[in-house]
Amino acid sequence: MSHPERLSTSGGEPVATADPSRNGSGTASLAEFAAQHKLTQSAARPSLARYVRSLWDRRSFIWNFASAKTTATYSGSRMGQVWQVLTPLLNALVYFLMFGLLLGQRKDITNYTAFLICGVFVFTFSQRSLSAGAKSIGNNLSLIRALHFPRASLPLAYVIIELQQLLISMAVLLVIVVATGEPPTWYWLLIVPAMLCQLVFNIGISLAIARLGAFVRDIQQLLPFITRTWLYTSGVFFVIASRTEGLVESGHGWVRTVMELNPAAVFIELFRYSLIESYHADAAKYGLDHGMMWIAAVVWALVAFVGGFWYFYRAEERYGRG
Amino acid sequence: MAKALKERGAVAEAQPEVRLDTERDPIVVVDGLHIIYRVYSGGGGKGNAVSALRRIVKRQNRPQMKEVHAVKGVSFVAYRGDAIGVIGTNGSGKSTLLKAIAGLLPPARGAVYTDGQPSLLGVNAALMKDLSGARNIILGCLAMGMTPDETRAKYDEIVKFADLKPGFIDYPMSTYSSGMGARLRFAIAAARTHDVMLIDEALATGDAKFKKRSKAKIDELRQDAGAVFLVAHNLDVIEETCNRVIWLDDGRMKMDGDPETVLKAYTDATGK
Repeated sequence: MSHPERLSTSGGEPVATADPSRNGSGTASLAEFAAQHKLTQSAARPSLARYVRSLWDRRSFIWNFASAKTTATYSGSRMGQVWQVLTPLLNALVYFLMFGLLLGQRKDITNYTAFLICGVFVFTFSQRSLSAGAKSIGNNLSLIRALHFPRASLPLAYVIIELQQLLISMAVLLVIVVATGEPPTWYWLLIVPAMLCQLVFNIGISLAIARLGAFVRDIQQLLPFITRTWLYTSGVFFVIASRTEGLVESGHGWVRTVMELNPAAVFIELFRYSLIESYHADAAKYGLDHGMMWIAAVVWALVAFVGGFWYFYRAEERYGRG
Repeated sequence: MAKALKERGAVAEAQPEVRLDTERDPIVVVDGLHIIYRVYSGGGGKGNAVSALRRIVKRQNRPQMKEVHAVKGVSFVAYRGDAIGVIGTNGSGKSTLLKAIAGLLPPARGAVYTDGQPSLLGVNAALMKDLSGARNIILGCLAMGMTPDETRAKYDEIVKFADLKPGFIDYPMSTYSSGMGARLRFAIAAARTHDVMLIDEALATGDAKFKKRSKAKIDELRQDAGAVFLVAHNLDVIEETCNRVIWLDDGRMKMDGDPETVLKAYTDATGK
C-alpha cells in the first residue's frame, strides 16, 4: 500500500480467481433454504425506484450533513464563517488584479468588475462541486461502512454545501453589481432558473466523479489540472467571441462554438446576462444567442443529472468495499 | 426437527456440517463462502515512478501483489435471536467474515444471504471525526433513516448510553479517547433496531460499566429478533454475551456450537 499508483484495483480488493476444483459454493440446498425464507444476497443493489425513495427519505440527513460540514470547515479559524464571504471576494480580487489591471482585458467590456466576479463565482460553484464530489466517498469510508444509507447522499450533500456557498457569493455579487452602477432589473429573477440548471448539472457531474474518485484515487491528483483547463476555456476572464476571432478566420469556428456551449460558459453567460444590465450591449456586439444558451443549459443539466445518477447508482453496492 | 446437510465444498479439512433448524427463522445464511484478498506486500521490487509507469503501460499488476485466501468455504446459518461469538487467532479470518456478511467484501465463491441490511461496527469506525459528538448522533440517526422527530426523541437516550464525560458531547470526535469513541458509535448504532448487527472488537475498549450496559443492549437486540455477531479476543465477553460460538482457524470453520464446548476446546487448543 506504500506506492502511489493504483490504476487498476485499489488495495485489498478481492478478485474472483476461481479454481473450479475447489468450488466452495457446493450446498445448493443452503441457497434454497435462504430463498425459502426470503433472504437476499447481502448488499445487493436496490431497485432504482426504491433507491430514489430512500434517498428522498434521507433529505434531512443530506441537509444536516451539509450544514455540519460547513460549520466544521470554518470552526478552526479565528474569523469563522466570515471566510465564507471573504474567500470568494479575495479570489475575485486576485483575478481582478491579474486580468483586469495587469493584462488589461477590461476595454471591451463596460463593467469588467461585475463581469469578472460573476464569472469567478459561478465557475467556482461547478469547480468545487466537482472536486468535493471526487472526495465524497473516500473521505467518508468509516461512515459508509458503519451505517447503511444510499451513498448518493454524500455527493449530494457536498453539492448542497457548495450551493450554500454560492448563495452567499450571490449576495456579495448583487452588492457589487449595484455598487458598480448597474440598476436592479426584472432580469435579476432569471438567476433562479439559471441557478437551478447549474445545481442540477453540478449534482450530475459530482455523482459521476464520485464514482470515479471512489475507485480510482488518481483522479484527485488529476482533477486540479482538468478544472484549471476548464477555467481558462470557459470565458471567465473574457468574452469568448472576442478571443477566438483568429480561429474563426482560419476556418476553425467550431472551437468557438464548443467553448461557448461548454456548460460552465453557458451558466456564466446566463448569470451575467441576468445580473448585469450594461452587459446586454456588450453581448449584442458579439451576437450571442441567449435563447440557444437557455436550451443548452437545460440540456446540459438533464444529460449530466440522468447520466451521473445512473452511473453512480450502478456501483451502489461497491462503495466502501476493500 | 433438524436435518444434516452434507458439505461438498470442504477440501483440505472437513468443516462442520451445517445443520438446518427448520423450526427457527434464519436471518443470515453463509453458503460455502470464499473470500480472496489482493494485498500489496510492500517492500521488494522497485518502487519508483519509471517502473510504475512501465507496469501501467504493460498492463501488469504490481509485482508485490499477493492474493490472500482469507475465508475458505465457511457455511453456517444464523437464526433470529442468535448472539454469535466469532473466535480465532489473529489472522484467522474473523474480521473478514464479518465484513463479508456486511456486504463490504464480495465473495470470490459462495454467497451470503441476509434479511435486511447488516450493520458493521468496527473498532476504528469513527463516524465523522471533525464533527462534535452531538452532530454525530444526529447525523448518524438521520443516516440510518430515522426521521428528525425520532432522532430528537432518541438523542437523550444515546447520550446517556454513551456516558461521555460532561462537555465532551460538544467536542469534535477526533478529541475522544478510543473508549469514548467506541461507546458513542455503539450507542448511535444501537439506537435503531438492526436485523443484523456485526460488532468487531468495538466493545473491547469499554470499561466494566459499559460492558454491562452493552451486554444488556445486545440482549435487547436479540429479543427484537435480530442477530448479533461479536468478534472479541476477550473470551469472557463472548461467554457472557453469546449463545453460540464459531471458531475460525486459518479461514476454515473449526467448530460451531454452544459457548461452553467451543470455548473449552479453543482454550485447550491455544493453551491459554
